[in-house]
Amino acid sequence: MLGRIHSIESFGTVDGPGVRLVIFFQGCPMRCQYCHNPDTWKAFAQTKMSVEEILALYEKNRSFYQKGGITATGGEPLMQMDFVTELFEAAHQQRIHTCLDTSGIIFAPDLPATIRRFDRLMAVTNLVMLDIKHIDPQGHQNLTSQKLEPVLAFARYLDEHAIPVWIRHVVVPGITYKQDLLYRLGRFIGTLHNVQALDILPYHDMGRVKYQKLGIPYPLDKVAPLGKEEATAARQIVLQGIRETRAQKNSCQLLGTN
Amino acid sequence: MKQEWRSFRPGDWEREINVRNFIQKNYTPYDGDDSFLANATPNTTALWDQVMELSRQEQAAGGVLDMDTKIISTITSHGPGYLDKTKETIVGFQTDKPFKRSLQPYGGIRMAEKACADNGYQVDPEISEFFTTHRKTHNAGVFDAYTPEMRACRSSHIITGLPDAYGRGRIIGDYRRVALYGVDRLIADKEEQKMTTRSTMYSHVIRIREELSEQIRALKELKELGKIYGFDISRPAGNVQEAIQWIYFAYLAAVKEQNGAAMSLGRTSTFLDIYAERDLSEGTFNEEQIQEFVDHFVMKLRLVKFARTPEYNALFSGDPTWVTESIGGVGIDGRHLVTKMSFRFLHTLTTLGTAPEPNLTVLWSVRLPENFKRFCAKTSIESSSIQYENDDLMRENLGDDYAIACCVSSMRIGKEMQFFGARANLAKCLLYAINGGVDEISKKQVGPQYRPITSEYLDYDEVMARYHDMMQWLAGVYVNSLNIIHYMHDKYCYERLQMALHDMNVTRWFATGIAGLSVVADSLSAIKYAKVRTIRDENGIVVDYEVEGSFPKYGNDDDRVDQIAVEVVHSFMNYIRRNHCYRGGIPTTSILTITSNVVYGKATGSTPDGRKAGQAFAPGANPMHTRDNHGAISSLASVAKLPFSDAQDGISNTFSIIPGALGKEDRLFTGDLDLELECGPDKACSIPNLMQGLDRD
Repeated sequence: MLGRIHSIESFGTVDGPGVRLVIFFQGCPMRCQYCHNPDTWKAFAQTKMSVEEILALYEKNRSFYQKGGITATGGEPLMQMDFVTELFEAAHQQRIHTCLDTSGIIFAPDLPATIRRFDRLMAVTNLVMLDIKHIDPQGHQNLTSQKLEPVLAFARYLDEHAIPVWIRHVVVPGITYKQDLLYRLGRFIGTLHNVQALDILPYHDMGRVKYQKLGIPYPLDKVAPLGKEEATAARQIVLQGIRETRAQKNSCQLLGTN
Repeated sequence: MKQEWRSFRPGDWEREINVRNFIQKNYTPYDGDDSFLANATPNTTALWDQVMELSRQEQAAGGVLDMDTKIISTITSHGPGYLDKTKETIVGFQTDKPFKRSLQPYGGIRMAEKACADNGYQVDPEISEFFTTHRKTHNAGVFDAYTPEMRACRSSHIITGLPDAYGRGRIIGDYRRVALYGVDRLIADKEEQKMTTRSTMYSHVIRIREELSEQIRALKELKELGKIYGFDISRPAGNVQEAIQWIYFAYLAAVKEQNGAAMSLGRTSTFLDIYAERDLSEGTFNEEQIQEFVDHFVMKLRLVKFARTPEYNALFSGDPTWVTESIGGVGIDGRHLVTKMSFRFLHTLTTLGTAPEPNLTVLWSVRLPENFKRFCAKTSIESSSIQYENDDLMRENLGDDYAIACCVSSMRIGKEMQFFGARANLAKCLLYAINGGVDEISKKQVGPQYRPITSEYLDYDEVMARYHDMMQWLAGVYVNSLNIIHYMHDKYCYERLQMALHDMNVTRWFATGIAGLSVVADSLSAIKYAKVRTIRDENGIVVDYEVEGSFPKYGNDDDRVDQIAVEVVHSFMNYIRRNHCYRGGIPTTSILTITSNVVYGKATGSTPDGRKAGQAFAPGANPMHTRDNHGAISSLASVAKLPFSDAQDGISNTFSIIPGALGKEDRLFTGDLDLELECGPDKACSIPNLMQGLDRD
C-alpha cells in the first residue's frame, strides 16, 4: 500500500512531544475557513510513499527523535486510515512513539466495521491530538462544512479507551473567540479523563498566500490574527470551564460516598 | 607546599607545568541548578552603564572613539587605564584608557596606516618611516616571497582572506599557567627548556633558541605589566580574584602584542572554580563577590578592541575579536567538567546583558548534567548568545583539556597551536576547471592552462576529471602561499607571549579552509542529474549556465548529492595532504565561513547550480538558502555526512529558526510544560495528566 503524501517535515517540534518526523497526508473532507493548508484538501497527491520509505527516513535520523516520534497529520490522515494503521503498526513494533493529529470527523459510533478499524489503529497509537474546531453544532457546521457530533463521539470513544489526548483548539476572532463558546468547550473537556494537554492556537493568516496561489478566495479576509494576550485570555476561560466541570464531578463523588 | 597552593590536592602538576592534572585532581563537578547564582552588584551595573555610554559615543563617532597613533603597542607600552578604579575588581586595558585602540604595526604597516586613515587618524610619520625603511613587517616579508601565481590567485579571490597583512591569530596561550604557577616559575621552566636544545646549531635549533629567549623576555614583560597595575604576578595567584586577574593579565599581554584574527581565551572557568570553591569554604569571598569578579572579567573581555579597516570588518561582518571561552564538556574519566563557574560565566549574559563577545561556547555532551543543560537552554532562549560544539565528537581526538579558537578550531591548550589558513574558493575552482584556468570575471589566465570544456552541455565525468586536476593545482598553490605566510609571521610577528604559555614542543595544526561547498555540490548534482547548458562570451569563456530540469540539492538528506559533497571534501583534503607543510604542520581543513561567504560570493561568477554571479554563498557547510526544503533535520543530516576526519578544523552550520518552530508557546500550551514532572521529564508517555495538574492547583 502507498500513502498519498503532501509533504514531510523532518524537524517537527509543535506536533506532539519532542522532535518528530511529521507526515502531512493529502486529502481532507473539512473546509475550515481558517485552514492554513488548503493545498492538502484534494485527495490527489504527486508524492506516494510506502510505510518502509517513511520508516527509513525515520531510521536514518533516529537519534534526533529519541524523545519524539512520528506524527501523522494533514490534511486529514484518517482519510487514509488503512495506510496510517499500517504505518503505526510498523512504527509501534519498532517502539516508535506514534501520534495522530486528527479532527475525528470520520468517526462513526454506530458502524461496527468502522469501530473495529478504529480499535485496530488505536491499539498502536500513543497519542491523539484531537482538534475540536467549534463546540457549537451549528457553529461547527458553518466553520468546517461538517457535523460536530462525530468529533465529540470520537473524544468520548478515546476517553473510554484511555487513549492519551491533547485537545487543540484554534481561536478565531469573531468565530470561536467568544466567552460562552470557550467556556462550553472547557465544560466538555472537563468530562474527559484522558486529556493530557490543552493547546490553544491563536488564529494566524499565514495560509493566505496559499489561497492566492490556488486561486481560492480567502474566507477570513477581514479577520485579523488573534493576539497573544487574547489567546492567553481564551485559554483561561477554557481552563475555567474544565475546572468547574471537575469540581462538580468531585463534589458529586464526595456526596455519593457519604 | 606553597602558601598559594594550600589545601589543593597534590599531583604531577606541582612538579611540572601541567594545568590539566591540577584541574583533574581538584575540581568539583556541580550537578545542581542555577538557584545559587547572584545578581549584578551596584558597582557592576554602574561600570556597565559607563561602558554602554562609551559604546554610544563610539558609535556616534563612526565606530572608533580613539586610536593610538604614536605608541607602538607592547606588553608594557601603556600606563594603567581604568573605567573607574574604585569600582573595578579586575583591571587592565590595552592602552591607557578604555575604547582607545592600540597601534600594532608588526603584521603590516600599511594595514595599520589604513586602519587609522579610514577612521580619520594618521600614524605618526616617524613610525611609518621606521616600519617602511628600517624594520620589516610580516606583510612585507610575505610579498617578498610570493610568486606571481600566488599573487594572481590572491587578486582573483580563488584564495581569499589570507592572513598575509594582518595577525593570523588562532593561537591560545594557556593563560591559566600564570595563575597557577606565577610568572617566575614559568620563566624557570623556559630557561630549563633552553638548556635541552641540541648543541649542533642546525637552523631549526637556532630558531627555537631564539624563540625561547623571546618567550622569556615576554614573560618578564608580563611581570612588568602586573607591576604597572600594582600586582606582583611573579608568584602564583592566592585566591579566585587573583586567579582571574592573573589570567586576564596574561591574556591582556597577548592582545597588546597581537592583533590576531581570533584571540581566544581557552577553557578557564572550571580551572577558576577550584579557587572559588576554596575561597567559599575558607570564607574569603561570598557568591556575590565571585560573580562580581567574573562579571568584571567578562566586561574587560568585551572591551578588547583592535584597529581594523572597513574591508576587514566587511569580511568578518562586524568587528569581531573571537574571545572564545570553552565551557563544560566531559572528562575522559567520565566525570563531567561542569562547575558552578560554568554557570557563572554563562550568567554574565544576564548580569551584563547579551553580547557576542566573549564567544561563550558550551562543549556539549549528552552526558552533561540535566540542570546545566536546562540552564544553557534557558540562557540561549533569553540571550541567543551561546555557541554549542560537539564535545562527544572532539573529545575522542583531543582529550578533555582542549579549547576552541575562533569559532570551531579545537586545540589542546598549551600543547597545540594552529597556523590559520583562511580558505580556498572551491566554487571558483570548479569554474576554472570548466574554463581551463581562466578567471570567469577578470578573464585572465590565473590557473594552469588546462584544456577547457568546449561542449555546450556539461558532462559530469568530464567536469569531474577536470575538477580534480584543478583542485590538485589549487591545493598546491594554496598550501605554498600559507607556507610563506607562516614562515614570515614566525619571523616578523612572532607570538612570543602566547607561545611562552605553551610547551616547548608543540603540535602545529596547518589549517586550510573551504568556501562554497554547497554551491559545488549542487552544481555537480545539476550537471549529473539535470542538463546544464553553458553560455559563453565572445571568447568562448563560460560566463553563465542554464539548468534544464530538476536535480537533488544538498541539504535534503539525499545521498545522491550529499555524497558528492563528501567526495569533494575528501578529495580536496587529500590534495592538501600531498603538500609539504611549514614547520611540520599537520594539515587540516575547515568548512566554516560564517560571515565571509557574502564576500566570496561577490567575487565568483555564475555557477552551474543556477546561482548567479555575485550572489552570496551559503555560510560554512550550510545548504544554499531555500534549497533545503525537508525541514531542519534533513538539512542537518546532509551536513552531518561530511567527514570530520577530513575537516578536523571544524564544520560549521549556521542555523536559525523562528522561536515558534522550536516548540510550544508556554503561555498558550497547558500540559506537561507547566505541571510538575514526576516520572522522568523526557518520555512522552510519562506526561502527567492535565486533569490531575488542574485538580492540584
